[in-house]
Amino acid sequence: MTPQNSWWSWDHAFAVLPDLLFEGFKITLVATVLGTLIALVLGLVVAIIRRSAPRIISTPFTWVVEFIRMTPLVVQLVFANLVLSPYVDSSLSIGIWVLGIHYTTYMAEVYRAGIDSVPKGQWEAATALSLPRMRTWRAVVVPQAIRNTVPALGNYAISMFKETPFLFVIYVPELLNVAQNYGSTYFRYTEAITLAGLIFLAASYPTSLLIRRLEKKLA
Amino acid sequence: MPENTAHPGVPGVPHIEFRDVVKKFGDNTVLDDLNFTVTKGERVTLIGPSGSGKTTILRLVMTLEELTGGYIDIAGNPLQYEEQGGKRVRIPDKRRRRTTTDIGMVFQHFNLFPNMTVMENIIEAPVNVMGLKKAEAEAKAETLLDKVGMGWKKDARPSELSGGQQQRIAIARALAMDPEILLLDEVTSALDPELVGEVLAVLKDIAAETDISMLIVTHEMQFAREVSDRVMMFDKGSVIEEGLPDKIFSEPENQRTQDFLRAVL
Ligand SMILES: Nc1ncnc2c1ncn2[C@@H]1O[C@H](COP(=O)(O)OP(=O)(O)OP(=O)(O)O)[C@@H](O)[C@H]1O
Ligand SMILES: [Mg+2]
Repeated sequence: MTPQNSWWSWDHAFAVLPDLLFEGFKITLVATVLGTLIALVLGLVVAIIRRSAPRIISTPFTWVVEFIRMTPLVVQLVFANLVLSPYVDSSLSIGIWVLGIHYTTYMAEVYRAGIDSVPKGQWEAATALSLPRMRTWRAVVVPQAIRNTVPALGNYAISMFKETPFLFVIYVPELLNVAQNYGSTYFRYTEAITLAGLIFLAASYPTSLLIRRLEKKLA
Repeated sequence: MPENTAHPGVPGVPHIEFRDVVKKFGDNTVLDDLNFTVTKGERVTLIGPSGSGKTTILRLVMTLEELTGGYIDIAGNPLQYEEQGGKRVRIPDKRRRRTTTDIGMVFQHFNLFPNMTVMENIIEAPVNVMGLKKAEAEAKAETLLDKVGMGWKKDARPSELSGGQQQRIAIARALAMDPEILLLDEVTSALDPELVGEVLAVLKDIAAETDISMLIVTHEMQFAREVSDRVMMFDKGSVIEEGLPDKIFSEPENQRTQDFLRAVL
């Protein structure tokens, strides 16, 4: 038995681990995966609209995108929760949408760079073949644009993962929240917080290695 | 003398008609009130110094550039603008596309789609524009690929091929749409010299075997002489001399044509 006053207790570590993994980490993972999916899809839509829609539509879009990018995620979470909680039961859903939309603005920029990197000659060849606009996007431009963006998109997915602890502020029981709860119940924070950190590391480091390998393969 | 595979076209049936065409890039007037007609089946080669507007003319026909003034008609149909009640009205993209379906273009830098195989490049438009079934489109593509000598590479990616091979595939891709007009803009200029011949040979075959109207920009004067019915010499955005290739290349009348040909030949 480890003495109570030592800075590290294996008992507490083992006691909190299942909650961290099967509650906290599970929620963190769900938030990251769904948030990333939202950002991947909406980001592409926003990038295409900004590139191809008439000014009257694309300019307001640009303002909204800039506004979201220029305000902190935490503020957006608190604000969205304040406004939406009377109508939406689950703070997790609110959190996922805020994360997803926040990252949409970053991913839209990545896609935009990817779209701009497709040579003009590709558009011209599509016009010369009389391909409809939608088909040109779908079959020619987007596949080539995405190829160059996979690493950057992956890095944003990882940084979203690392920002999920902010969901704490709207009481979503993600990893940090679970650790914090354990701490305040037993007055033992060290083990729970340390393990939470290690779980983040254990998940994001291999993922970033994977992305780097993917990057090399696509280059 | 090389054998001339050219034929005079159908006299009096206009296929491409430039009427008072004006093209400006900002303040730079590239084409100023240009008028000319290419008749059905005719092969016309444009020559002229760099910057005289040859590429611009082809790009206007392909709707890659927007007309500043005037009209272009394709087989009697307005391409970019039409006159309606005395007003010049822009034709919407969808309707433009219906006209351009009959026009094919081959570019200096091939512009094959790198994310598709050779076969996919060729059937992309027949399937998605003409509505052919995939199997039909592929059968047709096989024939065209054999014609340009590339049947054995149908599953390759463009990046695995030489410039000459890519250009022959780009030609097959344009032909897969059964174009009535083919635009060729310096299609051999980006190629290593030893690869030019194979591409020109393919084009000469097409010129001999089809009655596609062609508008050609080339620095290959021998080729121009063999396939063209007419050569138009451009300078500063207007035609300064035109005629049969033998006439223009051997006995040009205009001083600027003489100077130009002396410089390039
Ligand atoms: N997108 C553009 N923006 C601005 N100016 C342009 C553009 N495209 C062409 N020009 C100008 O139009 C003029 C004609 O160009 P064009 O490419 O048609 O000439 P060309 O006869 O094909 O020349 P070359 O033999 O060098 O290919 C040039 O002065 C060129 O600078
Ligand atoms: Mg040119």
